[in-house]
This record gives sequence, C-alpha cells and structure tokens, in this order.
Amino acid sequence: MNLEELKAIREKAQKDIQLRQKEGRIKIIVGMGTSGIASGARGVLKAFVEEIAARNLVDVMVTQTGEKGLASQEPLIEVVEEGKPTVIYGNMNPEKAKRVVAEHIVSGNPVLDYVIETT
Amino acid sequence: MLAELSDHVMDIAMNSVRAGARNISIAIIAQRDKGTLSVSIGDDGIGMDEETLRKVSDPFYSTKAGKTVGLGVSLLKGAAEICEGEFQMRSVPGQGTEVEAVFPIDHPDVPPLGNVKDTFLLLCVTNPEVRFSFRFSADGKDFEMDTKQVNDILGGLSISHPEVVTFLSNYLEEHL
Repeated sequence: MNLEELKAIREKAQKDIQLRQKEGRIKIIVGMGTSGIASGARGVLKAFVEEIAARNLVDVMVTQTGEKGLASQEPLIEVVEEGKPTVIYGNMNPEKAKRVVAEHIVSGNPVLDYVIETT
Repeated sequence: MLAELSDHVMDIAMNSVRAGARNISIAIIAQRDKGTLSVSIGDDGIGMDEETLRKVSDPFYSTKAGKTVGLGVSLLKGAAEICEGEFQMRSVPGQGTEVEAVFPIDHPDVPPLGNVKDTFLLLCVTNPEVRFSFRFSADGKDFEMDTKQVNDILGGLSISHPEVVTFLSNYLEEHL
C-alpha cells in the first residue's frame, strides 16, 4: 500500500459535493483524559471511529477531549448535534458504542439505557 | 494504571493537543545495541514555565482548571523509573514541550508496547487540525509517517473522512 493511493479516494469524494457540505452535522466527543484512557476509552474511541467509517457516515465527526469530572462513570462520551440537547453517555464500552451509532447517530433515538445526562 | 506504552503515548499526546499544539512528533525507538526503548513526544504548544514544569510530574498537580489530579506525566515518569530507566521533560513557554522516557529494553517491568497502530490512527483522525509526525522503530520494523504528506495528497478532503480512515487503518496495519 502506498499513500499516493489516497488520490483516488480524494477524487471520488470530491465528486460528491452534496455530502461534503454536510460534514460535521453530528459530533461525537470521547473523554480521553488519563482516567478515561485507564478505563478503556481508547477502545471506545476506536469503536466509534471504525463504526462511523464502516457506515461511511461523512457527516459525523469523532473527536477527543480531556477529563469531564465524572471519573466514576468513564469512559464518557458526548453526542453534540445542532438544535438538539447534548447527550452524555457513561460507562461506555465498544459494544455500547456500536449501539449508540446504530440507534442514536443513524436513527436519531438516544440509547436511554446508557444516558447519564442531557444538557 | 496505564497498562501499555501506547496508552501513555495517547495520554501525553492529548496533553499536547489541549496545550494548543499544531505540530506533534511522536517517536518510539528501540535500540538493541544500547539496550534501550525510548518513547518521546514533542509539541509546539503553549509550553510551561520552570515552576509549572517542576510541579507537573507531581500526581496531585494539574494545569487543567477545576481538576486537582494530573496523573499522565507522573504515570509515565513512574513507569520509567520503576524499571531504572530515565525520564526527561523540557519546556519553553510559548515554544512547546518535549517528554522523553527511556526504558532498559530487557527489564521485566517495561510495559508492553500495546497497539501502537491504533494510537497513531486515532490521534491523527480525531485531531485533523494537528500535524502529527510518527516514527516507530522496533520489533524489526522501521516506519515513518507525517500527516502533512497525507493532507497534501488529500488536497482539502478531511483526514477523518470515512474512506480515508479505512485506508489509513489498513495502511498502518500493513506497515506496523
């Protein structure tokens, strides 16, 4: 594999202008402070990144932040969507992350079993 | 508390991101002839003055507002020192910070490398505004990657685009 192969992906993606305009509709923010990482946040972050890529969700951005001050409920994630309350999920693991993508991100129904706060 | 060196790298590199770094270099180098495994992270973030630098490896100190425990640096320092290795941290306000831990490669308490591939991938695709340069030389592999090269090829398409993420995941799997 060679990085130059990325040119083909660029050309294909640039053809779809409509999709590019929707980039960042939803932001998933994973708490990756020291205690988050120690609680397994890296596996959660990986599950989100892989699931979003596998479903080709170009309008979803996965990013990281530090400690959220709720160490007992880590790994923590926030789902931020314009015009909707921010949803905070706690005690996440890779399996729960996949469920959040399927039900909340794709279908628009927050997974109430894992919600610890909405703001 | 952090079981693998790749977790330490993720943790310290995220400190760099939060310190406003736009360029972060990460190197994991094993030198069999010297008997060392070194892990270094350098950034061009806000840096620290001497007093902050002195305090930052204290596990009960944090630069982050509202937070009293800053474990990341002290955990890496502790991991190096428990193996009779070395830890150094240099910082200049306004210029950036460098952290380096050197482990005696054959010491039984050296943490495992863990999944370096995931750490590199997750750092670059979840922080698309930061330029990362990675160097890995261990286990018979010698690998370098600079996200500037990736972004130059992508010509404005985000490094976090799903197809780019899948490509980079496979690319790192093949080379690391």
